[in-house]
Amino acid sequence: MKEIKTHVEPHLPFTGDMKKKYKILIPDMLPVHFAILREVFTSYGYNLEILKNTGPSVAVEGLKYVHNDTCYPALLVIGQMIDALNTGKYDLDSTAVMITQTGGGCRASNYIHLLRKAMKKAGYGKVPVISLNISGLEKGSSLKLTIPMLVKMLCALCYGDLITLLKNQTEPYETVAGASQKATEKWTKEIAEQLKKGKGWSSKAFEKNMNGIASDFAAIERKVTPKVKVGVVGEIYVKYSALANNNLEEFLRSQDCEVNVPGIMAFICFKIDNRIEDIKLYGGSMLKKAVCNLLLGKVKNIESIMHSVMKNYKQYQMPATYEHLKEMVSGVIGYGAKMGEGWLLTAEMVELIKSGYENIVCAQPFGCLPNHIVGKGMVRKLRSLYPTANIVPIDYDPGATRVNQENRIKLMLAVAKERMQSGEN
Amino acid sequence: MLSIGLDIGSTTIKSAVTDENGKLLYNSYERHYSEVQDKAIKLIEKIKDEFSLDESSEVNICISGSAGMGFADDIGLPFVQEVYATRTAVLKLNPETDAVIELGGEDAKILFLTGEESGEKELEVRMNGSCAGGTGAFIDQMATLLGITPDEMDEAAKKQEKIYVIASRCGVFAKSDIQPLLNQGARISDISASIYYAVVNQTVAGLAQGRVIKGKVLYLGGPLTFHSQLRLAFDKTLGIKGLCPENSLCYVAYGAALAPAERRYTVSEILGLLKNRKPSGTYKAAEPLFENEEEYREFTERHSLDKVERADIKDATDGVYIGIDAGSTTLKCAVIDNKGRLLHSVYMPNSGNPVPLVLEFLKHLYNDNPGIKVLGSASTGYGEEIIKNAFGVDIGIVETVAHFYAAKYFRPEVDFILDIGGQDIKCFKIANGAIDNIFLNEACSSGCGSFLQTFAGALNYNIADFAKLGLFAKSPVELGSRCTVFMNSSVKQAQKDGATIDNISAGLSMSVVKNALYKVIRATTKDASVSLGKHIVVQGGTFFNDAVLRAFEKEIGMNVVRPDIAGLMGAYGAALYAREKFRGKSTLIGKDDLESFVHEVKATTCKGCTNHCKLTINTFGTENGEKRRFIAGNRCETPVTGKKSGDSELNLYQYKLDLLSQLESKPGKLGKIGIPLGLNMYELLPFWHRLLTDIGFEVVISPASNRQLYLRGQQTIPSDTVCFPAKLMHGHVESLIDMGVDTVFYPCMSYNLDEGLGDNHYNCPVVAYYPEVIKANVRDLRTRTFICDYFGLHRPKDFAKKFTEAMNKYYPGKISYQTVKKASEKAYSEYEEFLNKVAEKGREITVKARKEGKPIIVLAGRPYHIDPEINHGIDKLICSLGAAVITEDSISGEMEKFRVGVLNQWTYHSRLYAAAKYIADKSDMNLVQLVSFGCGLDAITTDETRSILESENKIYTQIKIDEITNLGAVKIRLRSLFSAIN
Repeated sequence: MKEIKTHVEPHLPFTGDMKKKYKILIPDMLPVHFAILREVFTSYGYNLEILKNTGPSVAVEGLKYVHNDTCYPALLVIGQMIDALNTGKYDLDSTAVMITQTGGGCRASNYIHLLRKAMKKAGYGKVPVISLNISGLEKGSSLKLTIPMLVKMLCALCYGDLITLLKNQTEPYETVAGASQKATEKWTKEIAEQLKKGKGWSSKAFEKNMNGIASDFAAIERKVTPKVKVGVVGEIYVKYSALANNNLEEFLRSQDCEVNVPGIMAFICFKIDNRIEDIKLYGGSMLKKAVCNLLLGKVKNIESIMHSVMKNYKQYQMPATYEHLKEMVSGVIGYGAKMGEGWLLTAEMVELIKSGYENIVCAQPFGCLPNHIVGKGMVRKLRSLYPTANIVPIDYDPGATRVNQENRIKLMLAVAKERMQSGEN
Repeated sequence: MLSIGLDIGSTTIKSAVTDENGKLLYNSYERHYSEVQDKAIKLIEKIKDEFSLDESSEVNICISGSAGMGFADDIGLPFVQEVYATRTAVLKLNPETDAVIELGGEDAKILFLTGEESGEKELEVRMNGSCAGGTGAFIDQMATLLGITPDEMDEAAKKQEKIYVIASRCGVFAKSDIQPLLNQGARISDISASIYYAVVNQTVAGLAQGRVIKGKVLYLGGPLTFHSQLRLAFDKTLGIKGLCPENSLCYVAYGAALAPAERRYTVSEILGLLKNRKPSGTYKAAEPLFENEEEYREFTERHSLDKVERADIKDATDGVYIGIDAGSTTLKCAVIDNKGRLLHSVYMPNSGNPVPLVLEFLKHLYNDNPGIKVLGSASTGYGEEIIKNAFGVDIGIVETVAHFYAAKYFRPEVDFILDIGGQDIKCFKIANGAIDNIFLNEACSSGCGSFLQTFAGALNYNIADFAKLGLFAKSPVELGSRCTVFMNSSVKQAQKDGATIDNISAGLSMSVVKNALYKVIRATTKDASVSLGKHIVVQGGTFFNDAVLRAFEKEIGMNVVRPDIAGLMGAYGAALYAREKFRGKSTLIGKDDLESFVHEVKATTCKGCTNHCKLTINTFGTENGEKRRFIAGNRCETPVTGKKSGDSELNLYQYKLDLLSQLESKPGKLGKIGIPLGLNMYELLPFWHRLLTDIGFEVVISPASNRQLYLRGQQTIPSDTVCFPAKLMHGHVESLIDMGVDTVFYPCMSYNLDEGLGDNHYNCPVVAYYPEVIKANVRDLRTRTFICDYFGLHRPKDFAKKFTEAMNKYYPGKISYQTVKKASEKAYSEYEEFLNKVAEKGREITVKARKEGKPIIVLAGRPYHIDPEINHGIDKLICSLGAAVITEDSISGEMEKFRVGVLNQWTYHSRLYAAAKYIADKSDMNLVQLVSFGCGLDAITTDETRSILESENKIYTQIKIDEITNLGAVKIRLRSLFSAIN
């Protein structure tokens, strides 16, 4: 077979011995989670920096170097990296950038290629672009992940989920302003320190830490007054990243709401489970299925430690277990819908509605393909199943203005407040 | 005690005053021209006088409206969301209402006040998303485009005879639909009415989201109050009789006045808060355009050198050449002598119809210069053909070529031309003396001259004064590049943040430039001499604006040439072209015939094929003399020549359609099963059809797509930004139900078949899961069987088993594995045979085209792009331009997998890359990519396909298509491509 000439230059590799010298820049998404996660990498000899640069220049750089019809997260993530490099703070001979790849059927798996193209156009062609994935993509320029490292990363995310959840449920009711924030900072730092030293991830340590975190938050004095409870679901980056969603959580809190942003562990389970569902639906390797089941079991195990610890803190509303979550969406949408956030997004809406967060912001990038289906596409169905569901889909885009978005959210809140008041009477 | 409600919307401010019982005592409505603070103060003072209040009188006050939100926060007065306020008002004034449709300046809302199932009081509300088509601003814009006032538009629409299909997704789209209608000579009354219907469709499709609007419906807001014909269009479309109540403009303000008050305010307190309002923030500023007057002087001096040579028309005794450029918003004419010197020119707004303007121009020309000898004439622009036919112009040329001719005059070595006109941005690179690469703006990238004009108008300035304001602005607002609608909100935000008009003006000029550079050309500025060119000529009326010109030079870091006739270049180029093609005697209409010139217009629908083109028939001639007919709006030659459309022998799109229509169904023991023919069914129909038939179903295929079918399903579309091919699916499913089918088969498919061309073989998320959307939103399916299970054709070994399992849920015990196994084997081979036939026919067409010396266009897209309702007959258009059309899937099989610069994981897209690679060394083949608006994946594939082609020195041409597509622009693109190939 004749080798077909390609127009693509080979990628810069990222080899094991480069990790000592290089600083790796990663985009921010979940501040608490990522601060902890970073130290897992530190413990393996990587030097990660989480980018904190925001402001309009991020989107401006993104618009310059990424196709403008590409989804907003890609634009921001890439813009943030180029904007950071533009500051001149980084030595281009020892800086790399890293981005995750899920390998799903949505555009997101292509971000890394868009990032490479953009870096080249912006004059940063010699900065290696690293892929973080577990699908075996981008061999040669992906980070080597070992099983223990993966387990630690999962722990880090689970810690992040718990801290965020407790903070979200404590802060709106705290009697001493700033107490929840203080606990959040304390534990983020503490856990990060432990993981940096390679500790804090055994089942025992994990349980002990979780208890410590929960009891600290539970000790914060709260005065529970009725507040509008709002859930946030959406495309993962826009859902979590304040840069992308125009500080959505902060805005909702300023409107006197309690905010529930479902955690990331379910997403991890979902991504593993998809492979199992695929095999169930279409057939496939039993070995692969077994491996995925093993992995899923490990994640569920971590999840179950959290749940068993939290049994002692009944004042907090815990998320459903992954299994339960999955069950809840049965009959609404098929488990084969796996691209992007897939059926999980719909499931999270069901869970939120069932647990008292019937007011929901469904946040997505403008033109997000999976969300046409699993977000906006399911609102009608959910309303017919749960007539009190009060869902507002909001599109995010460099062009959309905050005023416009907040106006729509305020409408949702006006309805919510009216319902809350009539419920009281 | 009085309650005051203020509704500050995007364009107007409204007030309502009530007594303590909620009785409306006073209301007002006026435009605020973005001077919200002033107007609000004046209003309060007026209310104070009206009710003889003094400074210490206490009142309740509440603010509402889209512009009122930030405003209320800033000054610390209570706020209520406007839709919520509307509801409060409606419940008070019209408690029996079921639904409210409220259109505002930039917002559209629907409120459902009674439960869909229960019929009891409840609230379900919808607001338009980020695309704000179909609102008051849109209607105003369209009226401006027609050169009439909104009131006149309403009057005109009363005389409508015919409705054209116009997109109202956004103003930019609609303009590109209306312009060709105007240029074809369509009647203003018909266009006016069509605009109203476009608004209705936009509102229904965008906001109903599956709920039927019925019962007692209330019409509120400015557009529905002022436009009786808009109300009528809603009535007719929804089959209701809606009510536009008294005070329909002030419902929001009234609702705000009714809002429960937490505390009272004295009048002086309110006025104090209003007057003390300070801008709430700072904005991001860019560098000024000019540091000082000196810089500006150097700039103007440098540009004043690029002048066309002129001469007196009286001296042109050898004869003259005439170029006419009937552009989208302006008409330009140039008269030159045989040395190319400019003798005479006109530049005027075209106000819709270019024919009478050209008539005037020629009359004047002949009368002022009795002895004038016309040696040649050429027309170009949108109105090229109508002008050519009306006045016997010698030759028509595509406008890109005209611009190139003109630019060459100023810089013979020109290698890059950027033209920003009223509606279009055109850029082209020149290589080896020919146009090499063309970029035209897409529907959703505005930022042309009319964009600046709209803003100038909104801020109460004329365009020239407005642009000048920006020249010496100290800190121009960084507005980025975005569409007009979004820009509106950004400008408002900037004003709120304290930006003055001069800084906004400069910011808007910069945004026009950024739009052209980053959205249209997709260039980077690291080195403009590489990404654009070394010798850049800019032109088009928009560049007369020094602020835009300066912003461009600053952004690319290079000096460019702006000819003193920047706005005239199309006409001048056409004249130069006519000079080059000199034929001795011009066929241009003479003086005598001009005097008795008549022009008649008739609208009709072509019945030549399923496209059902809306035709405009123009008849030209002299009062008693011979008449010439010119038909516009057609996509093929059928209505003109009477022959069957195009050369279907050389059209693989047509062949594929024919193949699908040949599938035969027969009655089966399991009864009827319906398949909606859309999206991936265009590819997999042969498979499913064979499979289901052999299992014992009578397969019923939904009818061919058309406008009615689309409208039939539009109420159930939940996401208005999904691609048009997906939206059409709703109509197909509804049509099947209408045909009496009780079982619909439309499976979900994450994976496509693996053709070995990529790293994976996914479907796009929309194709993969659209059945889920159909299931969740099409009500009529609730009482029927809808089979939308997940199947994987990519694993033939497992397929039969999985399919049997799934089908037995619906037909327990009736479908055996053996039957499915046998049927699926036949289905796989039938599918393969289908692909083979397509490839075979592709080869046949290629051979035939080569024999006839015709260029071959690979019209590359997705399988569903063969649907004429989706491709709008572009395949036929290409054939009528003398080329052969083949598809990407007919040649992708010739290729092996190769490395691309993106993750190559979707089957349909792998074909695209393969096709692009395949034609690399075929000099007679070129690729045109069809892209559906809203297709997220094509943001990735277009760039990659382009780089594959460009790495092989091939021209990349992209055509974006949507619900409606302006074939005029498509034609320009294709003709430019052909002129570049030759």
